[in-house]
This record gives sequence, C-alpha cells and structure tokens, in this order.
Amino acid sequence: MTTDPAPRAGLGETIVSLRDVTKSFGLLTVLNGISLDVARGETICIVGPSGSGKSTLIRCINALVPIDRGSIKVEGIEVNDPKLNKLALRRKVGIVFQSYNLFPHKTALQNIMMAPITVLKQDRAEVEARAHALLKKVRLAGKEDAYPGELSGGQQQRVAIARSLAMQPDIMLFDEVTAALDPETKKEVLFTIQGLAREGMTCLVVTHEMAFAREVSNHVYFTEGGVIVEHATPAAFFGHPQDPRTREFLSQIL
Amino acid sequence: MQLIYDWFREFYERTGINLIFIYDPFDRARMIRGFWLTIELSFVTMALSIVIGVIGAWLKGAKSLLIRYGIDSFISLFRNTPPLVQIYFFYFGLGFLLPRVYDPASGAMVPLVSNIEWAILSLSLFAGAFNIEIFRSGAEAVPHAMIEAADSLGYTRAQVYWSIVLPLALRNALPALGNNLVNLVKTTNLAYAIAVPELMYVSREIWSDASNVPEMMIYLLLVYIGLVALLVAGLNWLERALQIPGYGQLGGH
Amino acid sequence: MLRFRDAFAISPFIGASAGAVRDCRHTCRAALFVAAGVFVGSTALAAVTGSGHDSVFTILVRWAPLLLWGFLFNLVISVLSMAVGTAAGVPLGIMQLSPLRPLAWVAGLVIQFFRNAPWLVLLFMCVMLLPFEFHVFGVRVPFPDWVKSVIGFALPAMANVAEIVRGAVQSVPTGQWESSESLGFTRGQAMMQIILPQCIKRMLPPWMNLYSLIAMSTVNASVVGVNEMLTLTSQVHAAEGSRPELLAPLYSFALVCFFLYAYPIGKWTERLERKYQVKD
Repeated sequence: MTTDPAPRAGLGETIVSLRDVTKSFGLLTVLNGISLDVARGETICIVGPSGSGKSTLIRCINALVPIDRGSIKVEGIEVNDPKLNKLALRRKVGIVFQSYNLFPHKTALQNIMMAPITVLKQDRAEVEARAHALLKKVRLAGKEDAYPGELSGGQQQRVAIARSLAMQPDIMLFDEVTAALDPETKKEVLFTIQGLAREGMTCLVVTHEMAFAREVSNHVYFTEGGVIVEHATPAAFFGHPQDPRTREFLSQIL
Repeated sequence: MQLIYDWFREFYERTGINLIFIYDPFDRARMIRGFWLTIELSFVTMALSIVIGVIGAWLKGAKSLLIRYGIDSFISLFRNTPPLVQIYFFYFGLGFLLPRVYDPASGAMVPLVSNIEWAILSLSLFAGAFNIEIFRSGAEAVPHAMIEAADSLGYTRAQVYWSIVLPLALRNALPALGNNLVNLVKTTNLAYAIAVPELMYVSREIWSDASNVPEMMIYLLLVYIGLVALLVAGLNWLERALQIPGYGQLGGH
Repeated sequence: MLRFRDAFAISPFIGASAGAVRDCRHTCRAALFVAAGVFVGSTALAAVTGSGHDSVFTILVRWAPLLLWGFLFNLVISVLSMAVGTAAGVPLGIMQLSPLRPLAWVAGLVIQFFRNAPWLVLLFMCVMLLPFEFHVFGVRVPFPDWVKSVIGFALPAMANVAEIVRGAVQSVPTGQWESSESLGFTRGQAMMQIILPQCIKRMLPPWMNLYSLIAMSTVNASVVGVNEMLTLTSQVHAAEGSRPELLAPLYSFALVCFFLYAYPIGKWTERLERKYQVKD
C-alpha cells in the first residue's frame, strides 16, 4: 500500500526519501509500504498509537534495523544497499533515543567528545571546544564533569542531543525522546529541539507531544498499523483531520 | 564381545592408539570397577551432601546462637580450605588416630574407617557446606507470608520447614544446587590422592603399565564430560518435572 | 558510577588485607575459632605423644618458615594462573559473542570443554603431555613442572572468565549498543571503549570467587610432583620420622594458612557484591 508523498513545491531539496519501506519481524509486519519525503530544513513529526511502527521506522532510516523491501535515500545514500558505507550515513544522521543511552562510565563532556575523536579522528582540542559550545547550547554549561548518574532525566536527554550534534549531522532523528520524562523536564528538552529546528536543522521527530507537533513541525504524519494513514500541515492535520482513524486517534489524546 | 575387543587390539597395532583397557581383560576389569566406583562415590556424596545441606539450613534458622555460630564456622571452614587438604586431614590426620581392627577377610589389622569411607565423608562435608548456603538462600526466597499462613494454621516449626519451606526452597535452589553437584562429581577424582581405586586412579595404573598416557587422558576427559552431560540432563529433567505452573523461572510469567 | 580505581584488581591479597582490616571482627572471630581448634588439637596430641619426642608445637614452629615459603609458592602459582587465564579468557568471551557464527561456535566449544573437564585431569594432561624443555633458537629452555601446572590451572580459569565476561556483556542494556552504533563506532570500538568498561564492576565478584577456587586448587599440584606447600608438608613429616600423630597438626597448619587467605577474600567479595547491587 503506498501513500503519495506530500507535494514539495516551495520547499528546499528533498534530503530524506522513503519509498515503499516494508519491514516484518517474523510473522508480524511492522512497516507496510511507507513512503515519505523530507526537505532540507524541514521538521516533521510522526505520531500514532504504540506499536504502529514509528520507532522501527526511525531505526530503519539510520540503518540500525535493515528493511525487507523498499528504498530509503538519505542525501543520495541508499540505506538499503548491501554495500552501504555505514560510517558515511551515520555522519549525516544523528539519533536520540527514549532512554538517552548515555555512557554511564564517562562524564557529560566525555560522552560528547568520544565519537568525533574516536570515529571521525578529529583534533582533540577542536572537539573539546565544540563540546563546550554544545553544552552551552543545550543550557548545561557547568555540567561538563558530571556523570550521567548525577544528572536528571531531562539533563541526560539534552546531553544525548549534544552528543549526537557533535558529529555535525545534517539530519536529526528523535525517537519519543520525552516519553520517559516528567512534564517539567519534558519542556526543557522540547525547547531544545525547537531551538534546533529554528536554526534550520532537518528533524524527524517521533512524539506523543501534540502541542509540540502543532507548534514546531512543518508537516505531521500519522501512522497506524504500519502505514501512513494521513499526513498534512499541522493546521490542516489538527484542524480538519480527514480520515476517521485520524479523528479517533486525535479525540483520544487531545 | 570378544570380536570388539580384538578389533581394538588390531586398531592399536594399525594406528598405535592403545586402548588397552578395552581389549585386555585384566585392565578392562579394573577400568569397569574404577568406573563404577566413581559412579558410586558420586551418588553417595551427592546424597549425603544434600542431607547435610538440608539439616544445616534447618539448623541455621535455630534460636541458639551457639548452633548458628557453629554452622557458620563449619561452612566457613570447608569453603575456604582446599578439598584436597581436607581429604588428607581426614584420611592421614584423623585416620591414624583411630584404632585398627581385625579384618577376618584379609587376616590383617585394617583401619577402622577405610580410605573410600574417608573420601566419602570428606567430600560430602565439603559439598554439604556449599549446599547449606544454597538451601538457605532458597529458603529465604520463599515468601514470608506463606510461613505466617502455615504458622497460623497451627503447624510446628518443624512441620513448616518440612511441608512448606523445603519443597519451595528446593525448586528455588535447583540451578545452584545442580551446579554444585556437577562440581562434586568432578571433585570426586581427588580421592585418587588417597589411593581410592576410582576412575582416575585406575587410569593412572593403566598408563603406568602401558605408557599410553595421551589415550588415557582423552578417555578420562570424555568420560567425565559425558558424566557431567548426563547429570546436567538429569537435573534439567528434574527441574521441569518439579515445575509448579506460574511459579519461578520456568513457570513464571 | 564506575571510577578508574574500581577497575583495579591488582592483587586480591592486597584487597583482602584491606578488607580484612575492615572486617576484622568477622575475620578475627573465625580465625580465633580455627586457631583455637588447631591449638587444642595439637596440645592434646602433644600430651598423648610419648616422651623423648619434641612436642608438636616445637615442630610446627621449627618448620613453619619452610611451609610458609611453600604456601607463598602456591599463591604465586594462583596469581600467575589467574593472570594468564584472565588474559586468555576475556578475548575468548568476546569471541563467543561475535556475530561471526563459526567463530562464536568454536569459542563456545572451547569454553564448554574446559569448564566441564575435571581440573585434576587437565593438570595431569599439561604436566605429562607437554614437553619438559623447549629448543628456541638453539637454546635449551627448560619447561619445569610448576610452569606446566600454571598452564593447567589457567585453562579452566580461562573458560570460567570467558563465561563471566559473556554474562556481564549480555547484561549491558542494548541501548548502549544502539547508541554506539548510531554514533559510528565499529563493533570493536564499542566493545572496548563503551561496553567492557561498564562490565568490569559486574565481573569483579564472580572473578574474585573464581580466584579463590583457583587458589584452593593449587594444592592439587602436589599430586603431580610440584614442590608446593602440600608436598613440603609430607617431606616435613618424613623428616620428623613419619610419626603418625604429626599428620593432623601439619595438615591443620595448611588448612589454617589457606583459610586465613581465602576468608578475607570471600568477605571482600561479598561486600563488593552488595555494593554493586545497590548501585545498579
């Protein structure tokens, strides 16, 4: 089942493009022909009930999970290619997880610095300067030497965001990053993501936060049962949802 | 059967791999005796160590400080000293202090306690000490509420232990207990050091006579690994057979 | 959180002493009980001993230095075996987790084999089947029995360390693997820099337990003729005229030595276990 991707008139070049992406785990089909386009600088939100395949979709985009059929193109790189250069892909795509996944045995600063130094082999002094700047950007200057265990959930999540940003990606993926946080700390993280979006970062955000989706995103996609049921601009999506399934979902959570 | 034995003799002549304990009747007889002695040692020590474990775990819950302290020291002593030295201490140290008795069968004065009996005693105490810990933690994993329920139904402390705690504790303790029993089977070959004619001792006699050290070593390894595999299979079967639906690792949600 | 000093397990003996000082109450109580038992036993035997012989106590004092020297040898063997076993076991454990099926299968086989084989048989195999000397570049290098014993003990140590490593690595949350991979780390980089450092504190208690077992089994080397404490004990016995009543005190001495070494290690291990469980 395919859905036509949204018309891209008036927006920048398409840098993420999914066509007919299908993925099954055993007998369970989690993604059933997903197609969508994301333009450079765009922020899109993916919403939907649990189990609709949103997390899997995100993980397929940065090749953590291989897809069965279809194509995913990220800035010209075909993710489904068996000869994929994973390192090149991961330089372009950063991901932040629901459970932060910070390295508990390293300080916040070290967490941020590890990948550029080890993987990209960049100069240490330069990376350190960048790491300090990133911590300031996520409003955690002063927490350089704190270990993840000493930070709150929201703080850890912001360090995780900074860690992914340190690789200087072109695209950021967010997998329900505020689901494990309490309302106060949620705001800090969402504010950070909003800041990134405003600066022009291309963001794909899987979230349950409808207010965020309405305010920050350029386009909203609703998935259910492994397919995109409906997609529209936030105004249209929340204002006049077309599909009955969309209406039911929105009525349950709004 | 004689055909098989002859085949192995030919095998030796052809390849130089000497499995003399198969084709030579004398060595074959000793090997079979040694094998069965190892099996006997294993079973008897396993059984005794479990008894010691059950009784010791029961005593560890005693009111008397002296008894609890005594059990603790017993466990400490046997867990923190080498089993070989324990065997030597019992057989050489204590054995020589015991009187000798007249044995009509051989017409000589033999020690009151034979080396096999000392080995069984020593190894059982060694494994038993570990088992006390294992059973104790198995018992502690039994929810206290059940014991309270039994108490309020009028069970005595002994009845509670026997009917309620023990069956559940056993199921909790089965993995760790199984591990310990496997180790015990492997440890029985320390009895070699006090000339108990079990598998290892007999193998050594054979390789001293026939100079077929590599063959005997490999044979020993295979037999022990085989015994361990059998024991593990048996324990797995026991775990499944004792399974209570909805309780514990295998049965739980 | 893991600090670098937590990763240090240089010598359990150093730690054991530190732990012993802290657990002095327990250690002293237990040691007192044991020593009292031995002393009472010895003096009772001394009373039984006929006249014209030295007392058991005198004999023990006379030979204690030699026996302690032998005990030290046991400890050296145990430390070396554990070092070799750990050095070989860690890569083996990692190999067992390799995504390359054949590699993982071979590693698994090696581990199962050396875990299930009786230690005494492995010891015999090493001592009897390995050559007694090497020829390297025309130089004759002797391969003494005690070195072969070290290898003999290192083999089961290696297999058990591999299992400990495997268990620890598998207990690290998959999120750590996901985020490492997403940041571009190769599997090897992730293992060395991110996963293994987190495993160290999990591995310490079972590792120390294993060391204790290895230290106990070093006396088995007496069976293959290595001149360690137990062999020396029987030589001392022979030197004192092979009096049968000396055997119990002499072996008690060995028991006490091992007890005083292993008991603090055990208590320290228990403390570590409790400490790391609370943190997790």
